[in-house]
Amino acid sequence: MTSPPDASRPPTDPAGTATPTDTTDTTGTTDTAPGAAGTYELRVNGQVRLVESPWLGESLLSVLRERLGLYGTKNACEQGECGSCSVLVDGALVCACLELAAAAVGTDITTVEGLDPQGALTDVQQAFVDCGAVQCGFCTPGLIVAVHDLLARQPQPDELTVRESLAGNLCRCTGYGRIVEAVHTVAHRRAGVR
Amino acid sequence: MSTIDTATATTPTGTMGRVSTGLGASATRPDGIEKVRGEFAFSSDLHRPGMLWGRTLRSPHPYARIVRIDVGPALAMAGVAAVVTAADVPGSPTYGLISSDQPVYAADVVRYVGEAVASVAADSPETARRACEAIVVDYEVLEPLVDPERAVDGSVAPIHPDGNVVRYLPIRFGELAGPDAPVEGPVAVEASFEVGMQDQAFLGPESGLAVPAPDGSVDLHVSTQFLHVDRDQVADCLGLAPEDVRLHLAGVGGAFGAREDVSFHVHGCLLALRSGRPVKFSYLRDESFLGHVHRHPGTLQLRFTAEADGTLVSMTGRVVLDGGAYASSSFAVIANAARFLSGPYRFRAAVVDAYVTRTNNPPCGAMRGFGAVQACFAHESLMDLLAAELGIDPVELRLRNAMRTGDRMITGQRLTGAVPVREVIEACRDLPLPDAVDAPPAAEDDRLAWPGGAGRTADHGDLRRGVGFAVGWKNLMFSEGHDDDAWAACVLENGVATVVSACAEVGQGWVTIAQQIGRTVLGTPDVVLEPASTATIGTAGSTSASRQTWMSGGAVTLACRAVAEQVAARWAALHGVAANAVQVLDGELLTPDGPVAVAAAVPGERFTATIRHQHAPTYPLDDRTGQGDCDVSFAFVAHRAVVDVDPELGLVRVVHMDTAQDVGVVLNPRQTVGQLEGGIAQGVGLAVMEEIVVEGGLVRNPSFTDYLIPTILDVPVVQLTLIEQPEPHAPFGAKGIGEMPTLSSTPAVVAALRAATGRELRRVPVRPQDIALD
Repeated sequence: MTSPPDASRPPTDPAGTATPTDTTDTTGTTDTAPGAAGTYELRVNGQVRLVESPWLGESLLSVLRERLGLYGTKNACEQGECGSCSVLVDGALVCACLELAAAAVGTDITTVEGLDPQGALTDVQQAFVDCGAVQCGFCTPGLIVAVHDLLARQPQPDELTVRESLAGNLCRCTGYGRIVEAVHTVAHRRAGVR
Repeated sequence: MSTIDTATATTPTGTMGRVSTGLGASATRPDGIEKVRGEFAFSSDLHRPGMLWGRTLRSPHPYARIVRIDVGPALAMAGVAAVVTAADVPGSPTYGLISSDQPVYAADVVRYVGEAVASVAADSPETARRACEAIVVDYEVLEPLVDPERAVDGSVAPIHPDGNVVRYLPIRFGELAGPDAPVEGPVAVEASFEVGMQDQAFLGPESGLAVPAPDGSVDLHVSTQFLHVDRDQVADCLGLAPEDVRLHLAGVGGAFGAREDVSFHVHGCLLALRSGRPVKFSYLRDESFLGHVHRHPGTLQLRFTAEADGTLVSMTGRVVLDGGAYASSSFAVIANAARFLSGPYRFRAAVVDAYVTRTNNPPCGAMRGFGAVQACFAHESLMDLLAAELGIDPVELRLRNAMRTGDRMITGQRLTGAVPVREVIEACRDLPLPDAVDAPPAAEDDRLAWPGGAGRTADHGDLRRGVGFAVGWKNLMFSEGHDDDAWAACVLENGVATVVSACAEVGQGWVTIAQQIGRTVLGTPDVVLEPASTATIGTAGSTSASRQTWMSGGAVTLACRAVAEQVAARWAALHGVAANAVQVLDGELLTPDGPVAVAAAVPGERFTATIRHQHAPTYPLDDRTGQGDCDVSFAFVAHRAVVDVDPELGLVRVVHMDTAQDVGVVLNPRQTVGQLEGGIAQGVGLAVMEEIVVEGGLVRNPSFTDYLIPTILDVPVVQLTLIEQPEPHAPFGAKGIGEMPTLSSTPAVVAALRAATGRELRRVPVRPQDIALD
């Protein structure tokens, strides 16, 4: 779907004067000369996926969405502020927009699509639906991944820990109240309460 | 299919039905599972084989003449399929929500930083970006008009053929001592308040896919709040018949007003039609901040007078909101700011002069609570000043002046229906305050709970706690004689109801409510909602102004009821009984044989109905006096905020928020809570952190790094109570609920900050320096 861009590009703005057009592009490439950086393999959700003709510096977010068709990982700020693109790399919670895809070779990458190995609805996903933690849903996949990470580290977090742990995930619809409820609901269910 | 027009389609009222997932239940969202799995297709997720990527070149200047545009270098680049400018727009060169004043592409003049100049379609986003850079535009830079007061005073030549004042609305009400002066009471307070430019800051970027058809028509899959008004503008600019432009709702990642205006819509369709290939647009965050309207910033000067016992006598106001370069919905926003400036209080006289200006600042338009948010900050701040002047408790002063059914607002309109102002105030006041409300956190408490949080800056000895109270109000639905309607269709077959509506689901939960209505009216859990599109049904109107549950909900109710009546008649015919022997009630047919669910009564047959629903008519405001019955209905809300502050450093933590809201009737408790909590978060954001910083027409902070919205650490715990007084003419008695949470949450927080710090705090957002360095 995505082909390499024209190699005979004009020089970038030498004065560095910012204009509204002067933005980082969706694919995560910057001023690095575009071109094939060599095919590599990524292990995503337990499967080895071939990434052909990536660009130098292409972000993990771009590769997941535009090359591997994993659109569950969202693009909202592309500078690591909103958490919409949260994924797990070797179990660590990261913003895919800030990760070099090529640097993730040899790691285990988990996206929202792969949280359950069999593709079943996870308890976190179910609790988000049950508690009304989903409105527009754009932040939801990132938050789901972040909550899995939180509860893996701290099975019974207190309120402040929940909030500190999820402070990197912006939501504009819910005011977060039902998201907090969903986290506590999962923690209680896992502990056998309720 | 029977079509019933508005003549017989009065707004339905009724009771809840018998299906457990019907109205009144916390039914779950039908799109919830897809969304938590990451499988829900948002507009930025769309893709087609062979599609191109679109991108728009935007003005770097707030005001400049375009001397020359050369797209040749971009067209010559490999991978570039099409480039379009103003010269390529075949239809209307301009568009706009209320007046068509905004160019699709600037032709001769650019009027704000970010105005579209040209667009390209290329085989990758990177090629498109480089192609935009390759376009040569020579500008003659002009002196921008950035001070709205200079737009009002007429001292600057018009920057647009329509002039520098988009609308001036005077209001003259009640007992006047002169043409511009009300009678006054013995006690007077006045102050000037300022509101900064807030942004809707939805997470899903402006995005979508334009797909050309072989016959020269086009399909546009887009995230929007109002498919049909977009369709009309796009078709007008493309020079196509409306039926040749089909808009389909793509997954919407939040809206809050910013998707009322078209963004890339025309650009994408132009490029698709020219290239013959699907074209995708997806703004990046900085382009999003430039590519949609914001909440109007403004200055509100306000004077209240009262009797010594606190009875309000008069109000005098001057409002200047800056609409920026193009009109968008400024016409409606200023009318809200003007007529809700009184607060929900009785006055004997009012004089208001309200202006909304055109400048070379970013265009402003709709945002949740539009106009009423700005007014609320002013009237509630002034009520606190009046209470202090009179030596009366601020809550008691509000109760003493609270509007009731039958009172007149300052447009002269008499309030009918449910007006529970006293009830929301008392219910909010009576909610229990958090423990130890007079004291900030104890020294041994987790420091993460102090202002500053993980930044760990507050000194415990400096911490102070404050409590503030505020009340808000706003109309529901469109006003001033706007022809406000919504269509819906219902098809019932084999126990399954299919509902068709073009209502935009933007996250608020319409898809749930529509299903719940069908379940309740037809007595079946199996209700399917078709995708929203201009190709299948008439307009739903906008998902804005707290109107869709009433308007589209009313239309769905009527369509389902019409089907139910058909089923009743058919059952009677099949069973050889008189038609009037079968009644429809709460999803059931009451037959001589006993009750039977509507949906199950006549299997094997198909019943359909299409309905147009309108609310009661409204009327324009008089140009000279601002008098007129321009509104349909109103909703009221109260908030009480608790804050902790370190005054030395200006650090704030909004600890707690209580609210009581007038909702008419609760149709879905869980979704209601979500609307209230989400709206409060945006109100808190305006109070203490959110502002688009504009200097000389240039936006300084178009990113989530620099434009801060509340995180999960910044929002208060919310305690709420819902006031249920059924609204007489509303479907099921339910009022719209979306905007009210944003109204008085902001002034409640600022009142709490004033209580904690003693500062005047006449401007929002309140910045640390306003507290620490004032």
